[in-house]
Amino acid sequence: MNLVDHLPALQVALPLLTAPLVILLRNGFLAWMAALAASLASFGLAILLTQGVLGDGVPEYAIGGWQPPFGISLNVDGLGALMLLLVTGASSLGLAGGRLSLRRDIDNRRAPMFYGAWLIALAGLCGIAVSGDAFNVFVFMEISSLATYILIAAGRDRRALSAVFKYLIIGTIGATFYLIGVGFIYMMTGTLNFADMALRLGEVIETRPIIIAAGFITIGLALKAAIFPLHIWLPRAYTYAPNAVTVFIAACSTKVSIYVLLRFNYGVFHGNLLGHSDLFSVFIVPLALSGILLASAIAIYQGNIKKLLAFSSVAQIGYIALAAGLATQAGLMAAQLHMFNHALAKGTLFLCVTAFVLTSRSANMDKLAGIGRRMPWTMGAFVIAGLSLIGVPGTAGFISKWYLVVAVMEVPGWGIPLVVAIVASSLLAVVYLWKFVEKAYYGTPPDGDVSAMEVPLPLRALIWFAALANIYFGLAPQLPIALAESGTGTLLGGLL
Amino acid sequence: MMATSTLPIILILPLLGAIGIAFTGRWPNLREAISLLTAVTLAVLVFSWFPEVSDGARPHLLLSEPLPGLTLALSLEPLGMMFACIASFLWIINTVYSIGYMRGNNEKHQTRFYICFALAIAAAMGIALADNLFTLFLFYELLTISTYPLVAHKGDAKTIASARVYLGVLLGTSIGLLLPAIIWTWVATGTTTFTLGGIIEGKLAGPAVGLLLGLFVFGIGKAAVMPVHRWLPAAMVAPTPVSALLHAVAVVKAGVFSITKIIIYIFGVDFLFNEPSAQWLQFAAAFTIITASIIALYQTNLKRMLAYSTIGQLSYVIMATVILKPLAEVGAAVHIAAHAFGKITLFFAAGAIYTAAHKTELWQLAGIGRRMPVTMAAFTIGALSMIGVPPTAGFVSKWFILAGAFQAENYIAIFTIIGSTVLNAMYFLPIIYFAWLAPPADGVDMNHGEAPKAILLALSVTATLTIVFFFFNQPLLDLESQLVESLPL
Amino acid sequence: MKLLGLFNYWVFAVLLMIGLYALISKQNLVKKIMALAIFQSAVFLFFITMSRVDGGTAPIIQAGVSGQIFSNPLPQVLILTAIVVGISTTALGLAIVVRLNEEYGTVEDNEILAMDRES
Repeated sequence: MNLVDHLPALQVALPLLTAPLVILLRNGFLAWMAALAASLASFGLAILLTQGVLGDGVPEYAIGGWQPPFGISLNVDGLGALMLLLVTGASSLGLAGGRLSLRRDIDNRRAPMFYGAWLIALAGLCGIAVSGDAFNVFVFMEISSLATYILIAAGRDRRALSAVFKYLIIGTIGATFYLIGVGFIYMMTGTLNFADMALRLGEVIETRPIIIAAGFITIGLALKAAIFPLHIWLPRAYTYAPNAVTVFIAACSTKVSIYVLLRFNYGVFHGNLLGHSDLFSVFIVPLALSGILLASAIAIYQGNIKKLLAFSSVAQIGYIALAAGLATQAGLMAAQLHMFNHALAKGTLFLCVTAFVLTSRSANMDKLAGIGRRMPWTMGAFVIAGLSLIGVPGTAGFISKWYLVVAVMEVPGWGIPLVVAIVASSLLAVVYLWKFVEKAYYGTPPDGDVSAMEVPLPLRALIWFAALANIYFGLAPQLPIALAESGTGTLLGGLL
Repeated sequence: MMATSTLPIILILPLLGAIGIAFTGRWPNLREAISLLTAVTLAVLVFSWFPEVSDGARPHLLLSEPLPGLTLALSLEPLGMMFACIASFLWIINTVYSIGYMRGNNEKHQTRFYICFALAIAAAMGIALADNLFTLFLFYELLTISTYPLVAHKGDAKTIASARVYLGVLLGTSIGLLLPAIIWTWVATGTTTFTLGGIIEGKLAGPAVGLLLGLFVFGIGKAAVMPVHRWLPAAMVAPTPVSALLHAVAVVKAGVFSITKIIIYIFGVDFLFNEPSAQWLQFAAAFTIITASIIALYQTNLKRMLAYSTIGQLSYVIMATVILKPLAEVGAAVHIAAHAFGKITLFFAAGAIYTAAHKTELWQLAGIGRRMPVTMAAFTIGALSMIGVPPTAGFVSKWFILAGAFQAENYIAIFTIIGSTVLNAMYFLPIIYFAWLAPPADGVDMNHGEAPKAILLALSVTATLTIVFFFFNQPLLDLESQLVESLPL
Repeated sequence: MKLLGLFNYWVFAVLLMIGLYALISKQNLVKKIMALAIFQSAVFLFFITMSRVDGGTAPIIQAGVSGQIFSNPLPQVLILTAIVVGISTTALGLAIVVRLNEEYGTVEDNEILAMDRES
């Protein structure tokens, strides 16, 4: 075995093992350095894995040498690699860009604990992406969730506590539902391994428990993925979390739940359970559509930029869910690409917000009026990422929107209404983003002071790096497309 | 023979100019020098392609391929060549004018103004050079976004509200209608490349063609076909050089250029001529021409009147295109150029009057000809060109459009053109009369002279060109007749 | 008989519903945590029940004894893990309640919400 074969295990082990070391460090700065190093190293591993996936493929990794289906296996395919890139990238972005903001939000004494929790969350999210075992996914899901609750509650805003409590309750219900579903499947098939499950499902005669299991799993994961109207925990959690944490979780945590949803509904049920895809579509598409439209409309009326972006996230998750619910090859491509592109755009936007709050100490849009003139660089990046969110050509968002519209056009009978809905919500996105852009450029600051107050150069450079990535992946999206194609191949199995 | 690989320089040059302007913002003279230098270099570069394209060369360059079959590619063909020439050439004049206007009115944020201007020109060049719908769309959106700060330049509440309408209508129509149209085209035909003779034929038929055409025409809000014309009067809050940019150089021209290009290269003239479901467009264009002219008749603000005049003139181009006969297609192309010269002159004159006399309403203009003879002479030439009186540019294009209409025996077009000519005369001639011959209105301050020299220089040049174009238009006609040479006459 | 045979599953369903109902209806955050614990316990019971094999004994291999029927050990192992997860969740939830009490001086959800609205 060479190194590449061990990469899936390393991907989880590296942050997980660094976490206790980070907690032992006494100094906030050192802890940050260590956490950032671990996060960047994970990002490096994810890149290596991606190369592996696009090259010869990454072999299955059997933990402890126990071969599946009895042992626990780790699998990385195109979709998994895409998730790993997202998770580790978002974590690195949040840590690197959040140094100043976190120094203010987190007590120096408790900082090592905080960064430890950050790494544990990272390890959990990576674990979900690599694991080939349904129960293992549950454990990793809970590891990452518990750590995420800590991260969100770590800030100085007391409202974060009540927000995170709600998140904890709903998150736990979601995870427990998932566990019930897994239990039913285990009852009927006697296996927890995804690949094995798919094989044995075909032989199950009594399918009612399986359908019930599919229901529990889908609803449980929809809760965790904040698919409208199960999103009620999300806006407050995103809004009151420390800014750097929002960069991290907004970019990837809900998407990981959708990833598991795709794994189950396509990798396992689709093709093995008669009529399942229709049921899934009927359930998820209306929810996704109402999310796309309503959440965008609600976003328009928000006065807090973080809350606005949070509601926008709910709408964008709707896009992903809609594409995933179409149960077509084009739909799956669109869903995966939008996960990637939305993470890119939202990560950049929240990073810009981090910078705004750093200088003006408020995320209230009225207090941020005129910020565009005071922080032209950051605001420029915000506009670029905003355009990507809207789906303007030349940005990453356009690519996924193109795929999405092509995918819904294929839907017999519903093509045009769906296109109209997508278009309408893009226009709503223009409205809610421009509301802020206009205020930022042409509004008068509350104290009338328009002197420049940019954030330090390294942070500005990072923000622009992220913003330019939005453009780069809009003009040369070969990498996510290749990964999504590979992912679609595994999800639909032999159906391709 | 110029190397095809130099095509992107046409796009990169204004971008470099924008960066240069950004870094020299502190030294206005240097900044303006860079603006001018970029404009002149760009025009030289664009015009150096003219002979080759006129000889039939069609340079083509693939930049990248974001999605399979969806490419970012540049090419030069007669229509784009002409648009690039007009835009790059008028940019020089507009820059000269802007310098006079911005300094004369002590406008704020001048650096931002010049940066966005250069970006807008880059976008316009991209539209001119677009080889397919995707590339066109990309630069179309860039043009909208880069002109937004220009429209909102003043920054007060009213301006921002108008700029919001501008952005809302343009972005809304393009995302809401144009993008689905492009995707539909791509799904139906598997390509978005502009191809002589069109790509739709055999792929779509019946009402779908009319619907697709509707998505394109109303999706390209920049062409201001009613009812998506609201942004144009709203954008009148912008400084006058911006209005000139919007009306003559880049924005609306990009709109009608795109529609013309789509009709010729995506639908195909012959195919559309035989498709009954596409006939509605000439009614829409005729309606817009007549209605806009009537609304213009009732305007009391000079710039708003010019805005409605533009809306009518744009639909001339569309009407000419949908006559779908060779002479009319040439007329459409020539009208893009002719209207550009005439309208930029009119806006320069309006701006000159505002700068020198701070007058914006029509009734204030009585007797102004004696105070500002050069400005008003230019205004008169521009107005005559709008009506289509020889010897001005407007006559040339109207001639071709009418000839095409007779060729097609299209009486709707003929009557619309004649009717609107009368209406145009009705709203332009009184102004000319009052400006030169009437005594000043009561209480109007007449103690002003001519506008700054830079402004006068610019508007004299464009007025002269409006006349020169009447006598010297053969190269353009030669170029544009290549558009239709494959068509039966 | 069939009803009795499914006794454990009935308990599972009832416990699950009790937990879910309390989660939604109770305003007191500590009670919510208790409800969450009941909710999770129901699932533990569900897993343990399904591992049961008729006539099976504890899955321990003894020397000299063969041909025995064992209950399925895997769900029990899974539930050990799930219990750990559940305890962590409960502990974290209670910790948050303590912090909430420090900040707001109350553990009633509606009162906290009202205070949030004011700020």
